[in-house]
Amino acid sequence: MTLYVALCYYDRDHHWDSVPDMEFTPEYTEFARRATEAGVMRGGEALHPVTMSTTITVSGGKGGDVLVVDGPYAEAKEVLAGYFLLEAADLDEAIAWAAQIPAAWRGKIELRPVAPAHA
Amino acid sequence: MDATGTLAEVLKGEGPRVLATLARTIGDLAVAEDALSEATITALDAWPRTGIPDNPRAWLAVVARRKALDLLRRESARAAKEAAAFRWGTGAAPDQIEEAIEAMEPETSLRDDMLRLIFTCCHPALSREAQVALSLRTLARLEVPAIAHAFLVPEATMAKRLVRARSKIATARIPYAIPADTELPGRLAAVLAVVYLIATEAHAPTGGHAVARVDLEAEAIRLARLLASLMPDEPEALSLLALLLLTSARTPARTDADGNPVILADQDRTRWNRAAIAEGSAWLSEAGTRSGGVAGPYQIQAHLAAAHSTALSWQETDWDRIVGLYDLLGSVTASPVVALNRAVAVTERDGPEAGLAALKTIAGLEHSHLWHAALADNLCRLGRTSDAAGELHAAVTLAPSEVEQRLLQGRLRKVRSELG
Repeated sequence: MTLYVALCYYDRDHHWDSVPDMEFTPEYTEFARRATEAGVMRGGEALHPVTMSTTITVSGGKGGDVLVVDGPYAEAKEVLAGYFLLEAADLDEAIAWAAQIPAAWRGKIELRPVAPAHA
Repeated sequence: MDATGTLAEVLKGEGPRVLATLARTIGDLAVAEDALSEATITALDAWPRTGIPDNPRAWLAVVARRKALDLLRRESARAAKEAAAFRWGTGAAPDQIEEAIEAMEPETSLRDDMLRLIFTCCHPALSREAQVALSLRTLARLEVPAIAHAFLVPEATMAKRLVRARSKIATARIPYAIPADTELPGRLAAVLAVVYLIATEAHAPTGGHAVARVDLEAEAIRLARLLASLMPDEPEALSLLALLLLTSARTPARTDADGNPVILADQDRTRWNRAAIAEGSAWLSEAGTRSGGVAGPYQIQAHLAAAHSTALSWQETDWDRIVGLYDLLGSVTASPVVALNRAVAVTERDGPEAGLAALKTIAGLEHSHLWHAALADNLCRLGRTSDAAGELHAAVTLAPSEVEQRLLQGRLRKVRSELG
């Protein structure tokens, strides 16, 4: 089994200053319920809009000056709205689940395998 | 063919089959690939001395399995995979290759293994570039320098592309599986598109001096043959093979004695490969039987290629049928290139006035040398020589390869000489 993170991206214009719908809509509840019942769901959270985000850089290496800037790191057209952790046998199974997340048709999903932490 | 050539042919034919089964047994395509490479080196060393074994595939399979086990043992960090390797009982493997061949499992699932390998190489989670590179390396057994050369990229770039693709297969866990029935049409289309792209690159190289790359064309046909043999019920797989055979039949006539390109209208049709035309036509007819009257895009294109291949001359071509086929193709896959080819056929059927009108309705080809060249042809026929020269000049500037530039410059010179 492989652990995947499904990163949910929304168009910036539609996810700029309103609270994300991820936690609240019945569609998400329904997806979470089914994924949990199937034993695929390993976690997930919705994020506040990017107007709430803060970007941090430490210049000059570890322990250097902390630079704090309002807003997201990248001026991308699409913004991260939340994520799910899904455990699946392989990529095809993970794709089949990711395709059921509402963000897949309201925006886009990026599916990435999670690198296991070194013991 | 010399001994080394025969040997290379055997390795190319049997290699993918050995790899397909090995990848399933050990569950790691990269290790299977390395093991087969080492087994191939062993064969190239041993076979010239001992002769090619009676069952070269079984011989390669046994040696490759041993190499795979060695590789897995060496990578001690991959403990889980080593355990998997031991499951196929290599702990007590017979010393003699002949004995080991006797003890091997029957190859009843070979067809499924080959399909697994093909669908893995062309998985949509890999970029089209990666799919092409993997297919040529894994399925056609081309060496990295040959693939790099075919696509005019540095060897290091191609090697890196392959490493990255294999690493994604392993890390993102792209399954070694035949797609479910519901996904099959889309996944099959991706596989066919990879082979078509290889053939297109062979037929009209995007750079360099050659009119066509005969080696790459042969590899594309080899892959198409493989797909047709594995999926004999899929009309589009059969149609793709038909299309490639019918198109390749014209390759000998596409260059003159000096290596200059010759367009279809001017080709010496006695130089066309009649055997390839006959074989392509037979596959096309088989595909027609299988598709039950609903032709897919490759079948329509194969019919177009057949209509040209069976015409006695450019003038005697059945242009009405060709326009009709382009109409059909346009209804399945609307693209400006299809519309352009249709317009060329309209010129032949209905004359330059109609051809010109058809060309002018096509949007999105302002940067295509072919569109400007087609406009020039119609303008020429209408006696508008000065306008034709202007279009040809644009075509020369936009031509993507030196070969096509030369061809268009020749025409431009001719038109300008008429202008005086």
